[in-house]
Amino acid sequence: MKFAIIQFPGSNCDQDCYHALANVFGQPTHYVWHKETSLGDVDCVVVPGGFSYGDYLRTGAIARFSPAMKAVADHAKAGGLVIGICNGFQILCEAHLLPGALIRNRSLKFICEHVELRVETTDSPFTNACKKGQVLRIPIAHGEGCYFAEPEVIEQLKREDRVLVRYVNNPNGSVDNIAGICNEGRNVFGMMPHPERASEKILGSEDGKCIFKSILRSAVTV
Amino acid sequence: MKAKIIVMPKKTVLDPQGKTVKHALESIHFKGIKDVRIGKFLEIELEGGNKAALQKQIDEACHKLLSNPVIEDYTFEIQ
Repeated sequence: MKFAIIQFPGSNCDQDCYHALANVFGQPTHYVWHKETSLGDVDCVVVPGGFSYGDYLRTGAIARFSPAMKAVADHAKAGGLVIGICNGFQILCEAHLLPGALIRNRSLKFICEHVELRVETTDSPFTNACKKGQVLRIPIAHGEGCYFAEPEVIEQLKREDRVLVRYVNNPNGSVDNIAGICNEGRNVFGMMPHPERASEKILGSEDGKCIFKSILRSAVTV
Repeated sequence: MKAKIIVMPKKTVLDPQGKTVKHALESIHFKGIKDVRIGKFLEIELEGGNKAALQKQIDEACHKLLSNPVIEDYTFEIQ
């Protein structure tokens, strides 16, 4: 399966994602600089974590206007897979590829720690290799990870089974303990925790592999 | 000419910064504070031109980039 990782000025999890996908999973993976208008030959796009444009104005607000993001939107519209991790999730929300927004953690603190996530549904290309109710131990590292959307949007997400992962113990004040959601077409996924930082034993957890395994499995079934 | 823009978190959005500042004000004995909310103030210098056209342009800028309508409201004036 071919992966592309978007790089913005200020991305800092791009190489971690590359390592997980290329070295741990052995998949053909390439970087796409944010100024590029084409993603190249790709099945799944990764919008990685970091602090694109220094988080100026709002997290993800400026990155979302990059030429590469236009290509990501086209890829998503055509049914291609997109996963946004941390800052990537924030960018996907700003780009309206996912509903809602990520705001300051309720504690106002930057939180960097392993948290437990519950897989709420396996009906998605990003969780189909997990078990429903499975608890994953994956690190978060964010200051703006509090998911917010109006009540009617939250209801819709629940009704359509689009909350893929929830925090077991809500670390940041996210509405309804939401840690990750997908779009209506179920091909765009955003999550605040970092599965790429939990893909090898040496990193203290391999639970993040479940997310990437799901993506790879979905390539077989599509 | 200048556009002066105020972006505020929506009423329905939690503003922990505002809450913390409210507590800080109370701790230094400011009384009668009902609520504190923290937003952003932006000043954009403009070359000038037709005011109605500028209004439309700034409104679009606020909607598209300077605020996120999911979590923020904005007001502005052009002087």
